[in-house]
Amino acid sequence: MRRMIAIAAAMLLGSASAAAAAGAPNDAQIAHIAYTAGQLDIAAANQALQKSHNKAVRDFAEEMVRDHTAVNKEALALVTKLHVTPEDNATSQALTTAAVQHRNDYAKLSGHAFDLAYAQNEVAYHHSVNGALESTLIPDAQNAELKSLLQTGLKLFRMHEEHAEAVVKALKSR
Amino acid sequence: MRHPFPMALAALAAAGSLAAAHAATHHAAPAATHAPKTWTITITSLAFTPAPSGMRVGDTVQWVNNDIFLHSATAADHSFDVALPPHKTGSAKLTHAGTIAYVCRYHPGMKGQLVVAP
Repeated sequence: MRRMIAIAAAMLLGSASAAAAAGAPNDAQIAHIAYTAGQLDIAAANQALQKSHNKAVRDFAEEMVRDHTAVNKEALALVTKLHVTPEDNATSQALTTAAVQHRNDYAKLSGHAFDLAYAQNEVAYHHSVNGALESTLIPDAQNAELKSLLQTGLKLFRMHEEHAEAVVKALKSR
Repeated sequence: MRHPFPMALAALAAAGSLAAAHAATHHAAPAATHAPKTWTITITSLAFTPAPSGMRVGDTVQWVNNDIFLHSATAADHSFDVALPPHKTGSAKLTHAGTIAYVCRYHPGMKGQLVVAP
């Protein structure tokens, strides 16, 4: 359906920019990706809070719930204000599929093995989301307020990545 | 300069203000009349503004958190650890002189430092 709309738009406008626009996510999709990424990290953190007894891991997970909830609350307020309905898309779906797979895998682990798997995945997850924010989502965002929120998100998630790295290091040096 | 007191009186008479009276008192005994000050550091977009200069022991630092995130101002030397909820303010009294490095315990990329004179 999206491809059909894109082709129709390209035919209608008959321009290279329309074809390029078909490849780049629009603001409704960007908002959906950013929101989904946050919700998936909250779900991962909730699993950690159910399973982990390690203080550093639990503190980190609580921080993920708190910070991502705060960002997503802001994101919801923004899309409401802008009258944008977040639009599901292939990137959001791929993120969700991967996260569900990880959660299922980690459900079978416990103790130190779970803590390490969770923390290591948090490093990798934040790293890849930060890469997407930097290379695609922020440059492609059209609305200035959305762009600014994503920039704050990137700054925050970089610190999360750094914090997750410290947790992994501490877990490995046990 | 040989007669500071009459000069101060003259200044007081000339200015005829409370400010001049305060300046005259301060001139007479600077150390004893150091009034503790409150300094403000703000947090915006996951960063502390640089600390103002001139801090002294007995002064208070107030952090204003403009972010939507929970932060803290946590001293490396453990002399203060202030919780800073979203859109709230917290403060600490400076108890010793020196250069005090501090971070947000949740967001380790947030770093600051205070230079405190005796």
